[in-house]
Amino acid sequence: MSKKDIMICRCEDVSLEDLHNVLNEGFTSIEEIKRILRVGMGACQGNTCNLLVQREVAKFLNIPLSEVKTQKVRPLITGVKLKSILENANES
Amino acid sequence: MKANIVIIGGGISGVSIAYNLAKKGMKDIVVFDDNYMTGGATGRCGAGIRQQWGTLMNCKLAKMSIDFFETAQETLEYHRDVEFKQEGYLVVATTKKEDEISEKNVALQNSVGIPTQKLTPKEALTIVPHLNIDEVVSATFCPTDGHLNPFLMTDAYYQAAKKLGVTFFYEEKVIEIVTKDKQIKKVITEHHEVFTSKVVNVAGGYSREVGLMAGVDIPVFSENHEILVTEPTEKIQGPMVISFSKNIYCQQVPHGSFIMGRSDLQALHNHDIGHTHQFLDEMAKTAVNLLPPLGDLRVVRQWGGSYNITPDRQPIISDTDQCSGYYMGVGFSGHGFMFAPITGILLSEIILEEKPTIDITKLHIDRFKNKNLQSYETNVV
Repeated sequence: MSKKDIMICRCEDVSLEDLHNVLNEGFTSIEEIKRILRVGMGACQGNTCNLLVQREVAKFLNIPLSEVKTQKVRPLITGVKLKSILENANES
Repeated sequence: MKANIVIIGGGISGVSIAYNLAKKGMKDIVVFDDNYMTGGATGRCGAGIRQQWGTLMNCKLAKMSIDFFETAQETLEYHRDVEFKQEGYLVVATTKKEDEISEKNVALQNSVGIPTQKLTPKEALTIVPHLNIDEVVSATFCPTDGHLNPFLMTDAYYQAAKKLGVTFFYEEKVIEIVTKDKQIKKVITEHHEVFTSKVVNVAGGYSREVGLMAGVDIPVFSENHEILVTEPTEKIQGPMVISFSKNIYCQQVPHGSFIMGRSDLQALHNHDIGHTHQFLDEMAKTAVNLLPPLGDLRVVRQWGGSYNITPDRQPIISDTDQCSGYYMGVGFSGHGFMFAPITGILLSEIILEEKPTIDITKLHIDRFKNKNLQSYETNVV
């Protein structure tokens, strides 16, 4: 299967080829890769792609998976509509 | 290690200065940043670029920066799309006083060639049809304001500077600046000792501390400004909608997400960049009130970042008599990203002792020796 057809991040349509290109450019930290490619910025907030990206970084740098730092986890845990937040704010 | 100049801070201002100096032929330029690229204020900003300001200097800085952004992609020969969009900023006035101020601001902006127009609430609706005009007294619109991707714009400058020979060290903190008789001698980092006679402070939220390292007292403080982003949706809003009285800025970026933020008027002066549920509550109230259809969008993420603020909320772009060889581009008061092109140009001119493109006496740190401020920027969220 071509690297172009292997999807790493489904939220932001990032392929394995995109990821390898950025690694070859010299961006090897997940925080940097996230900011260039948007992996981990979509609806799932990296829950799907982060481990896949971590594995590719580990392979590229030839280091154990445990040494590849994950991205910072930020709220919200799941998407919440602005009007739901508003309703809750008005109740309290 | 020896360097002609050490730039402390590898955010948008740092990469812009490095690029401009290298383009003018300076060799041995070294940049240090204690974080990953765009880990500081640059990567946390609202991604807007605007020219609708209330002080002459801010208008000039903004106009010249947008002039550069218009061709940045080609000038810097960047291989990715920097997501430049010019669909304007709609500034909404909701009080009589604000309406009067905006009248003066439009005249000021027009005087330096910024094409802002004053609009009635009904005219504003033709630009943003889902705007709730119940409380809107008037609006101003500048069609050449817009948006840029902060990560990719920084990378564009970074790649161009690297090609010109600049050396970058990210994730490497500067620990000490050694001076003798008010002259720069050496910069010591976690892994290097760099002999140099020149230092540029573009450390964003930490610029006060980087000033004190060389005994330079810079009258700035940092405070946290929070921001959120929604899931992407089909395009419904071209311009940034911003209101100083309602305390909101909100735009749909080319990718489809909405980014919005507000100020916490009780924010403490410190380096906090955390996130609060109070921000979510207040942001939801203002956003849904002013732009009702946004209520149906899901918030996917929130974060905070530092505004580095001066007493008149205009940047300091200057050298200083407190230490020879020390330069700074600090105190952008939340707008360092959108002013970065001109910051790079002006500081490279000061450092190379060329005549600056515009008179920047009013941006010198010495303006604060006079306790009475000559101008104050009101147009800040």
